[in-house]
Amino acid sequence: MNPGGETSGGPITPAIELIGVSKRFRSPDGSIFTALADVDLTVERGQFCAVVGPSGCGKSTTLTLVSGLEPASEGTVKVHGREVKAIGEDVGFVFQSDALMPWKSVLDNVSAGPIFRGAPKREAHERAREWLRRVGLSQFAEHHPHQLSGGMRKRVALAQSLINEPDILMMDEPFSALDVQTRSIMSNELLGLWEQSRPSVIFVTHDLEEAIALADRVVVMTAGPGTVKDVYDIDLPRPRQVPEIRFDPRFIELYEEIWNTLRDEVQRAYARTAGTPIAVAA
Amino acid sequence: MSTDISVTTPVRAARSAAQVESPARKRHRLSGHRRMVLALRVAIFVVLIGGWELCARAGIVDPFFFGEPSKIVSQLQTWVQHGTEAGSVWEQILVTLEEAVLGFIIGVVLGVVCGITLGRVPLLADIFAPYIKVMNSIPRIVLGSIFILWLGLGLSSKVALAVVLVFFAVFFNAFQGAREVDRNLVANARILGASRRQVTRHVVLPSAMTWIIASMHVAFGFALIGAIVGEFLGAQKGLGLLISQAQGTFNADGVFAAMVIIAIVALAAEALITLLERRLLSWRPPAASSAADVL
Repeated sequence: MNPGGETSGGPITPAIELIGVSKRFRSPDGSIFTALADVDLTVERGQFCAVVGPSGCGKSTTLTLVSGLEPASEGTVKVHGREVKAIGEDVGFVFQSDALMPWKSVLDNVSAGPIFRGAPKREAHERAREWLRRVGLSQFAEHHPHQLSGGMRKRVALAQSLINEPDILMMDEPFSALDVQTRSIMSNELLGLWEQSRPSVIFVTHDLEEAIALADRVVVMTAGPGTVKDVYDIDLPRPRQVPEIRFDPRFIELYEEIWNTLRDEVQRAYARTAGTPIAVAA
Repeated sequence: MSTDISVTTPVRAARSAAQVESPARKRHRLSGHRRMVLALRVAIFVVLIGGWELCARAGIVDPFFFGEPSKIVSQLQTWVQHGTEAGSVWEQILVTLEEAVLGFIIGVVLGVVCGITLGRVPLLADIFAPYIKVMNSIPRIVLGSIFILWLGLGLSSKVALAVVLVFFAVFFNAFQGAREVDRNLVANARILGASRRQVTRHVVLPSAMTWIIASMHVAFGFALIGAIVGEFLGAQKGLGLLISQAQGTFNADGVFAAMVIIAIVALAAEALITLLERRLLSWRPPAASSAADVL
């Protein structure tokens, strides 16, 4: 899928490496805000990595650095062994909020990626129809995004990202706006799609349950400035059924273990922004 | 209105029977109300115009200065049947329309191009900001005199004035629209592989279109003003010339008659722009455009 990526650094190069990465922003009043401080993180090829942490701990910033939307202030970000300097060709990104173009039909939204990358319109539409079939939205090709439900729009966004066949998929709390039932259905569908092409995923969420159900590896981040506090490997067998897996005894064990680490950070973040409730699954 | 909102906002993905029949039901429910509104509108027209006519005839207002509706109508008739001093009335309308439409099109294109460019390139916006502020603070009507000096009494001086008036109205909206583009949408397009130009074409322009179209309603009015004021200042043809000739001969009815024609032209143009708006912005959810439907 990515012939260019294989050439550098041998077969065991991880898909994503962050080495001593910091990211600072200048806030409008001139002061400097540190979002990430000295983050080390490795995602192996084909691995599904979930990043959990309290709100505002720089989880999403990690994704913008890996995708090349923003440069790191310090440290190195590598994808397939090569330093990220611009937006990568093989990166996909599913945003938290709706990022569909409201003036384009569902079909045009999904085919946007191939068209931007120079594919002829007919071919792009053909591939888009195939992807719409895969996410179960074939009858909605001519609809506009505002005519769809939140879950359907998320499916369109998934198809829009996956049609580019990314090797690296960034997901920024993609399902946080959905109701709980839709969310677990969508998570299941996401795993199904992921199994088909096995991109390396960083999935940011503040829902620990969602993180464990989906991921091979869960990274816990500290309350801002974000650093990696702990990394857990999730040894639950695949394929998984997201709605049922939470009853698995091993799932509960993992949940308790990780929650003990996460709780301190959540409480610290909560104390800092007292008054704003934090939506961590508890 | 509160009951209407609950009808229009739910997602229309699943087309339930209730949603299919609701517009028809709404229309039926509104028809009584609508009839009353229409009747009141006609009543106001009759009272205003009738009162004017009666006052003029009774000598309460001086028809020499304020005209008389019946005389205005007969003035219009004369123009249509026998032409004006400058030639056929249709020709005058056509000349003014030509100036306004040309000025409108050129002004809109320039305004959109400049607005989007400056909106997309912050460096350019920073450089040009003071110049634009200065130019915008000049009452642009006075440029009309300069244009007549430069371009003569013909079409081009009026078009130029219309362009200047239209440009700024559209420019500021296009600029603002380009700057207010949802950052997520831009980031998403970039990740999907869009070049800068593709981001502008597929994301920035359509997103700014809401703003641009809104400005176009005002802008056509400006184009007409530019054409007519240009004709005031010096012309051989046009509705502005009709007005200034009527003014020169103390013919208040003539001034009002020309105003009636201009109003009709402006309303027709407004209707066309609304049609264009519906076409270009058809992707918007119905709730967003309902305010425009009321007016």
